[in-house]
Amino acid sequence: MNFITMLEQISSGMLHTILIFFLTLVFSLPLGWIIAFGRMSKNKIISSITGFIISILRGTPLMLQLMVVFYGPYFLFKLPITNWRFPAIIVGFSINYAAYFAEIYRSGISAIPVGQYEAAHILGFNKVQTFFKIILPQVVRIILPAVTNEVITLVKDTSLAFTLSYMEMFTITKQIASTQTTLIPFAIAALFYYIFNLLVSFTMRRLEKKLNYY
Amino acid sequence: MSEEKTFLEMNNIKKSFGDLQVLKDISLSVHEGEVLSIIGPSGSGKSTLLRIATMLETMDSGSIKYMGNEAAHVENKVIHYAKPQALREIKKNFGLVFQNFNLFPHMSVMRNLIDAPIHVQKRNKDEVLSEAKELLKKMGLADKEDYYPSQLSGGQQQRVAIARALALKPNVLFFDEPTSALDPELTGEVLKVIKGLAEEKMTMVIVTHEMSFARNISDRIIFMDKGIIALEGVPDEVFNSENSRMQEFLGKLKHE
Ligand SMILES: Nc1ncnc2c1ncn2[C@@H]1O[C@H](COP(=O)(O)OP(=O)(O)OP(=O)(O)O)[C@@H](O)[C@H]1O
Ligand SMILES: [Mg+2]
Repeated sequence: MNFITMLEQISSGMLHTILIFFLTLVFSLPLGWIIAFGRMSKNKIISSITGFIISILRGTPLMLQLMVVFYGPYFLFKLPITNWRFPAIIVGFSINYAAYFAEIYRSGISAIPVGQYEAAHILGFNKVQTFFKIILPQVVRIILPAVTNEVITLVKDTSLAFTLSYMEMFTITKQIASTQTTLIPFAIAALFYYIFNLLVSFTMRRLEKKLNYY
Repeated sequence: MSEEKTFLEMNNIKKSFGDLQVLKDISLSVHEGEVLSIIGPSGSGKSTLLRIATMLETMDSGSIKYMGNEAAHVENKVIHYAKPQALREIKKNFGLVFQNFNLFPHMSVMRNLIDAPIHVQKRNKDEVLSEAKELLKKMGLADKEDYYPSQLSGGQQQRVAIARALALKPNVLFFDEPTSALDPELTGEVLKVIKGLAEEKMTMVIVTHEMSFARNISDRIIFMDKGIIALEGVPDEVFNSENSRMQEFLGKLKHE
């Protein structure tokens, strides 16, 4: 196999890697808020159940969670789902990352002084207005560095999709490397992850700068 | 005197935090156009009283009325608020200026002022904008409308906070130690603004440790001590009182 064919095959995997990356963010960033609100709920039952779920998601390997999501429906409920491989990956990644985002959101919210809520309340803002106009914009700025860290980790974590033999870049790379007995595919993959992450940090830093207007 | 309107009436307010009884049966009223200052030692319950008046804090017994309308009362240890719609109307009657300003840091000075009038009171945007400009001019901040709070001095921030409260056109304005977070050289500019409001007959309730200021601008002074109103009257009456707690309080301030 020559270098060009190798590159072609690996590139086709890159698209899948990028897709996993973006879909995971699209689902996990909002889902994180729902989990964060559950965690902060005044209802003790809801908050402790949510806390327990978060601790499991953060305390067990993502690889294992992907397995459970993929095999669970069939092994547990005998559901004959077809074409479940890709959705399972997105579901597994999204839930796992949402748990991490939830804790980041929660720490951001707790950093907002209670005086902000009181001022909003006295001015007559309702709860929804207070959250979206006053709390959220301040939280976003506080949590952005921590979110950036998670997003960079996600770029690298996409390679875990190989556990479900999904044809993303890392799975393909591994196959070529073992059949062709060469390290070149790994070098290509490493370069890709590296450049991808450079782009991610560049974008996030731009965003941070933009939010640093006050 | 009998003609004047009562803007705020608080009756038999009691409040405890755990075992600590902070307010022991306090009643007071605030009349149209009057400046009422509340003084007293630290921990005597002044802030708690303001927080109950502005409904940031619940009470254990008593009632609160604004413009004759009941905002809240306690019956059988349960606090009952007016119906949501009525309560919203009642809350329009007052504003509060905090010790540490509590401006919204991510909003420009102008947005701090106009956001609530536009989105809460649903008033016309152009009208709100031009009123806000006037208010800033009055506060000596005409050139600061595009600044963010962090770019302003403490005294300027507190004046923005006062303007923000005034932008909603409250009937009563509460102040909780509006100058105690400020460096001494900045308190003057804030006190001057409050004095200006007093001259315009703005109804105000001011918790303060600035004794000469309180004596100077107040129509009436309440001296609180250990959760009760120990003295109440016109400034001279209160400051010249023989009351031993008051004397002790003034003496302590002098030695500070
Ligand atoms: N949320 C709270 N929980 C428990 N105790 C509180 C709470 N708020 C106030 N207290 C206590 O109630 C007492 C009265 O407090 P308050 O803040 O009303 O006093 P103050 O007269 O405003 O004092 P200062 O002049 O220091 O501001 C204090 O002993 C305070 O510790
Ligand atoms: Mg106080």
